[in-house]
Amino acid sequence: MKIEGKRSIWKEYQKEIADDRYFYVRSCVRQNFFPGSEKTFLRIMKDVLHKDVFENASHTTCSGIGYHSDVVPFETAMTMVARQFAIMTEAGYENFTTSCITSFGLYSEILETWHHFPEVEERVRQHLINATGRTFNKPANLAHASDVIFKFRKEIAAGGMYRLINKHTGKPLQVVEHIGCHYSKMFPAKGVGGAEYPYVLAGMIEDWGGDVIDYPERRHCCGFGFRQYLIQANRGYSLACSKKKFDSMAPYKPDFILTNCPGCPMFLDRWQYALSEMEGITYGENGLGIPVLTYEELAGMILGYDPWDLGLQVHQVPVEPLLDKIGIPYDSKRKFLTMDGKMMGQPKAPSHLKFYQHE
Amino acid sequence: MVKNFGYKILSDASIDFDRNDKRIADYLKAHEPSMNLCIGCGSCTATCSAGHFVDFNIRRIHTFIRRGETNQVKRDILKCMFCGKCQLVCPRGVNLRNVILTINRAIEQTG
Repeated sequence: MKIEGKRSIWKEYQKEIADDRYFYVRSCVRQNFFPGSEKTFLRIMKDVLHKDVFENASHTTCSGIGYHSDVVPFETAMTMVARQFAIMTEAGYENFTTSCITSFGLYSEILETWHHFPEVEERVRQHLINATGRTFNKPANLAHASDVIFKFRKEIAAGGMYRLINKHTGKPLQVVEHIGCHYSKMFPAKGVGGAEYPYVLAGMIEDWGGDVIDYPERRHCCGFGFRQYLIQANRGYSLACSKKKFDSMAPYKPDFILTNCPGCPMFLDRWQYALSEMEGITYGENGLGIPVLTYEELAGMILGYDPWDLGLQVHQVPVEPLLDKIGIPYDSKRKFLTMDGKMMGQPKAPSHLKFYQHE
Repeated sequence: MVKNFGYKILSDASIDFDRNDKRIADYLKAHEPSMNLCIGCGSCTATCSAGHFVDFNIRRIHTFIRRGETNQVKRDILKCMFCGKCQLVCPRGVNLRNVILTINRAIEQTG
């Protein structure tokens, strides 16, 4: 990858990321898709980085998923977001950290709207008082959780047990990074590195020992696109977007894909199965797929957490080839056991996409 | 066995110069080089007898061939009536009737 031009752009887009005392809001969907990720973020923040992270169980959806699907009006979305800020204010925090990229985009959009149109903010404040009797302060700092991990990436690398090096060849792993569209495409200044060359995941990969692949469709949407997927008849558009990315990245033989959005790992992971069933295509080596990870899962792997505690067993594309390349041990017999040791059931083998057999 | 999930992979409308089929374009270039003189003025299309009655557009066919989008060419090329008016008005003297015949031959040879 030619890096000089990108580095100069990255320098232009450096954002302030709070150092401690985070008010953390979860994603609506991530705990279903990749159930270990948010838990791992909290574990790293508390056990490794010793930071104060506060959650309040009464926080709700930000409504971003409905807003971007055209079923929730902006006025409603703003009032719901105002309520989240009220909960943060009541808890005594001022650094707002989101797990979801679309939430991050919506919070950014609303804060920007209020900045330019103070009368809208006043109206929303009144809506919130009328509905709940609450008032709020705007966050002093808004960051996505991947920004926070990016900020502490060197500390994680220093405390880590593994690096992104292929233990068989000694060479850096080749990694595709995929940033959620709502991270910085709407407001480039809100993301580390801007919209064109976001650095948030590339920085993690570099500091953890891997090489970033620069491929033609790097900035293309994963295919989620909300309405592309939510309506069944439109799902072909979603699948076409993912296929375009896979076709573009496959010649570079990526070892895995790293993502920072709830939807992207879901679609880049599960659509590999759908594409294999519909067209018999697989994109990894020897009929395997390309593993897809969230940044929390990767950070957990670097720190030596048990892969099954990270939730890697619920991935559609088996992650074991990657674990073997890095040299992370795992117990195949425990893969489909619940936390209390019961068998959770094992998925049926796909027709084309291979299940991994331990070497 | 291909599974039916209730949707298909919808291909996009982008033109991929690396993958599209350039065989007809190469054949035409080799066998009727006067086509390289075309400036895309559209006089051929404006005077076309067939184009007056049906959806037939020589300039568009030429564009498709250069892009390597040959499926539509195979369907449209059959509409030409070989009246030769296009050749009469062409300001660059392109041998358009032979262009059509050459494209037909290229389609026969390339399948």
